[in-house]
Amino acid sequence: MVLKYLLEKEVKQFLRNSLLPRIAIVFPLLVLLVMPWATSFEVENVNVVIVDNDNTALSGRLAHKIEGSRYFNLVGVVGSYGEAIGKIERQEADVLLEIPDNFERSLLTGRKIDYQVSANSVNGVRGNLGANYMNALVAGFAAEAIDEETGRVVPQPVEVIEQYLYNELLDYKKLMVPALMIIVIIIICGILPALNIVSEKETGTIGQINVTPVGKWTFILAKLLPYWVIGVVAISICFVVAWLVYGLVPRGSFLTIYAAAALFIIVMSSVGLIVSNHSSTMQQAMFVIFFIMVLFMLLSGLLTPVASMPDWAQYVVIFNPPHYIIDIMRSVYLKGGKFASNSFEFGMLGLFAVVMALWAMLSYRKQE
Amino acid sequence: MDAATDNVITARNLTKRFGTFTAVDAISFEVRRGEIFGFLGANGAGKTTAMRMLCGLSLPTSGEGRVAGFDITDEAEKVKRNIGYMSQKFSLYEDLKVWENIRLFAGIYRVPDREIPIVGGAMLKRIGLADVRDNFVRDLPLGWKQRLAFSVAILHRPKVVFLDEPTGGVDPMARRDFWELIYEAAGSGITVFVTTHYMDEAEYCDRVSIMVDGRIAALDTPFELKKRYCTQSMDEVFRTLVRGEGKKGGARL
Repeated sequence: MVLKYLLEKEVKQFLRNSLLPRIAIVFPLLVLLVMPWATSFEVENVNVVIVDNDNTALSGRLAHKIEGSRYFNLVGVVGSYGEAIGKIERQEADVLLEIPDNFERSLLTGRKIDYQVSANSVNGVRGNLGANYMNALVAGFAAEAIDEETGRVVPQPVEVIEQYLYNELLDYKKLMVPALMIIVIIIICGILPALNIVSEKETGTIGQINVTPVGKWTFILAKLLPYWVIGVVAISICFVVAWLVYGLVPRGSFLTIYAAAALFIIVMSSVGLIVSNHSSTMQQAMFVIFFIMVLFMLLSGLLTPVASMPDWAQYVVIFNPPHYIIDIMRSVYLKGGKFASNSFEFGMLGLFAVVMALWAMLSYRKQE
Repeated sequence: MDAATDNVITARNLTKRFGTFTAVDAISFEVRRGEIFGFLGANGAGKTTAMRMLCGLSLPTSGEGRVAGFDITDEAEKVKRNIGYMSQKFSLYEDLKVWENIRLFAGIYRVPDREIPIVGGAMLKRIGLADVRDNFVRDLPLGWKQRLAFSVAILHRPKVVFLDEPTGGVDPMARRDFWELIYEAAGSGITVFVTTHYMDEAEYCDRVSIMVDGRIAALDTPFELKKRYCTQSMDEVFRTLVRGEGKKGGARL
């Protein structure tokens, strides 16, 4: 068993490295502890400035309601539109609400209220969501106020009750944590193998190996297996953090997730080894693997929904392995997806694993 | 081994081109079993390239070669089973211990698990490195590293061992010690194919070839070569050949 000796060597070299084993442990912890808070698309603390032309008890109550909302942060109530727009220009406020001078009267007499919401949409998501939240808040306030003040029930044209399935509270962390787990795997199992073989080229040790009768497959397997174990350890750390810190436990079975991760780790480590085989310096390898990792992360539905990409990008996604694992992860974590309901994704991952591992083996050349 | 002859290495018009540059230009020669064959030449003459082809590390552009009875183009992996190789640049694993390197390469060459401690232990004792078996290779002085690399290359009892400038950068004493090891290996039946820059080392070889600009300019025993060029030393033979051929082919370096 030549493989045994090669594995022994790889494991010793990895463990003796002063940095790598620590990275493999600390990196997943760091990503899972820090990133879910930072990668949220939820908009909170929108700074609001109010132009109150009405100056009545009701308009004051509206201001209080805004102040009390967790989405808004009242930065001032001013007398003129000009003053308010100044605050937006100085980046002190994101959203401007102008209350008309007939606000209270219109409300109590049941007439239409013409208030104005302006949003700074330099940051589009923040501006758009901020304005929508504001509209919802004002509408809700108006309905409540009329009920209380007049005792009348306001006729509500149609009431839409939104029911979100699977992630009922629309918690972005639930969406992001499974994606971040994949990012951890992409980075650890992408970079480490990508630098491995090429570093043996730089030190010259690969020459001593190439002149031996060692099989290509044996050699590549000895490189793949350790990264496979490292990947499984890293994603297990992710699972534990997701559970302890975010209370996130898959609704489906861990077995399904591990099976998918096991396949994806093979894909990713193989991609790393392929890059390493084709590079002649560490610099080259690093540059190429970064390029690939960016493609993997941005064109896979990891961070943005695939359905909203242009058609050509959606075709690219088909050839992007992380796309399939992230589908499985979200399905299992949020919906309780089973192996059967994700058999297509499993099939694709399996196909990628076989193709990439073969490519890694074939691209290792013992003879120039 | 070729049945008819007793040649361990045969090269026929072996050629390697990199683009328009011909590194090795149709060289032909034979190396007999048990011989110490010196492969001499100036820097850039094509020694390393020729050696890498014979080891199955580099594919010939044209021509053919047989090593230990196998074709270097079609049966490279079989060739590799029967040779040892020590490169110009020390290339054992510096982040592994002495013993771990021995174990690794013995394992790769399929020395049975139980025999590794016996064979490896005896080898370490022979080259005087038994005390440092648990030291990291990176901490050894260069002379020791070279002895270790050589011994690892012949641990599996190959038919031929290729040594590419094995004694570069060490003092004359260390070189002398190293050549003792080479003689020992040759005495036990291993054919030695060695490149070197040191002309005193050329004197230790059974036969030497001198490469100039990718071609073999001369090939014979050191004694015959000195006689042919009417000189006292291999050093002069070498200089005469390199200067003469250099003029013919135009300056290269």
